[in-house]
Amino acid sequence: MTAPHCPECDAEVSIPNNAMENELISCPDCGTELEIISLNPITLDLAPEVEEDWGE
Amino acid sequence: MRIGILITHIRAEEKLLISAFQARGIEPDIILDRDLNFDVTAGRGQLAPSGVAWGDYDIVMERSVSTSRGLYALAILNSWGIATINRYDTASICADKLRTTIALAQAGVPQPQTRVAFDTDSAMQAINDLGYPAVLKPVTGSWGRLLARVNDSDSAEAIIEHRQTLGDYNHHTFYVQSYINKPGRDIRAFVVGDRTICAIYRTSPHWITNTARGGQASNCPVTPELNDLCMRAAQAVGGGILAIDVLEDADGQLLINEINHTMEFRNSSAPTGVDIPNEIVSHALSMIEVTA
Ligand SMILES: Nc1ncnc2c1ncn2[C@@H]1O[C@H](COP(=O)(O)OP(=O)(O)OP(=O)(O)O)[C@@H](O)[C@H]1O
Ligand SMILES: [Mg+2]
Ligand SMILES: [Zn+2]
Repeated sequence: MTAPHCPECDAEVSIPNNAMENELISCPDCGTELEIISLNPITLDLAPEVEEDWGE
Repeated sequence: MRIGILITHIRAEEKLLISAFQARGIEPDIILDRDLNFDVTAGRGQLAPSGVAWGDYDIVMERSVSTSRGLYALAILNSWGIATINRYDTASICADKLRTTIALAQAGVPQPQTRVAFDTDSAMQAINDLGYPAVLKPVTGSWGRLLARVNDSDSAEAIIEHRQTLGDYNHHTFYVQSYINKPGRDIRAFVVGDRTICAIYRTSPHWITNTARGGQASNCPVTPELNDLCMRAAQAVGGGILAIDVLEDADGQLLINEINHTMEFRNSSAPTGVDIPNEIVSHALSMIEVTA
């Protein structure tokens, strides 16, 4: 299986063993926030942009 | 037992909560707020995106990072009699700094002096009434976004003008507070039901101490005074699972700054030694036992 690549900078991104669908991770190279859209097959997409109403 | 967790996406907190449920042998259903599609005119029998009827959930934990999605979902679920953490009434007060201030004032809970005005001239007057420095905050919003400390009337005028011109109507509610000269830190206390389970100091060279903005977390002992204040603040907004931001003024008096209804806690279990997700899960399960 080939490791997934960052959709922003194309770096290889390793997926932690306990990763979950819809989990946010950061690209180790460019720091972009990514969302694991699917685990099988592993699919990454850019995380959604922060919106004005996001928070605690 | 059926538990739903409503999320925008999985962050460290949601992962910790899911693990804490799994440690009790419970597999919660993850419900993405992007998938929600409620028939608001129909009732609780309709299916959630998980395929389970909404009415079959014993409790739904709202963990959306999107405040508007979370609030509307809570409003609908509560209207169907479905138990949620937190309840809509509480969450909607906490999501609005002005409504929180009103609730705290009504309950006689100490907080910074706060004024609100709705036009540029009256907003200038409100800040002058408070004196400088003052803090201007959006009534909704989080993570320290668009908070401004104003040190003199020139900067007050510039900021008010800017918000009036560029902001949407949300920014035309001018919520202003006295600046509390706190000791390089503030306190974030975690209330779960009827207890303050732990608290952290957030220390930063900058007056905005949010850990999301680089504030350092360390343990803050929960004194009876702090617990008492936080319980009163939590009750003032209806109670639940809440993160309460507390300021210490120059005399050491504790003031409630604000209350968060979808708390972030990833950095707070380690310094306090308290297993926050486990405490939250225990509380959720005890709520189900009470209603069962
Ligand atoms: N009146 C005040 N005097 C001094 N410091 C303040 C005052 N109001 C807020 N702060 C500081 O500003 C920071 C953010 O404030 P506040 O919690 O009100 O904003 P927020 O954007 O809602 O943050 P969050 O929702 O992430 O907790 C905190 O570090 C707090 O200590
Ligand atoms: Mg805060
Ligand atoms: Zn990258």
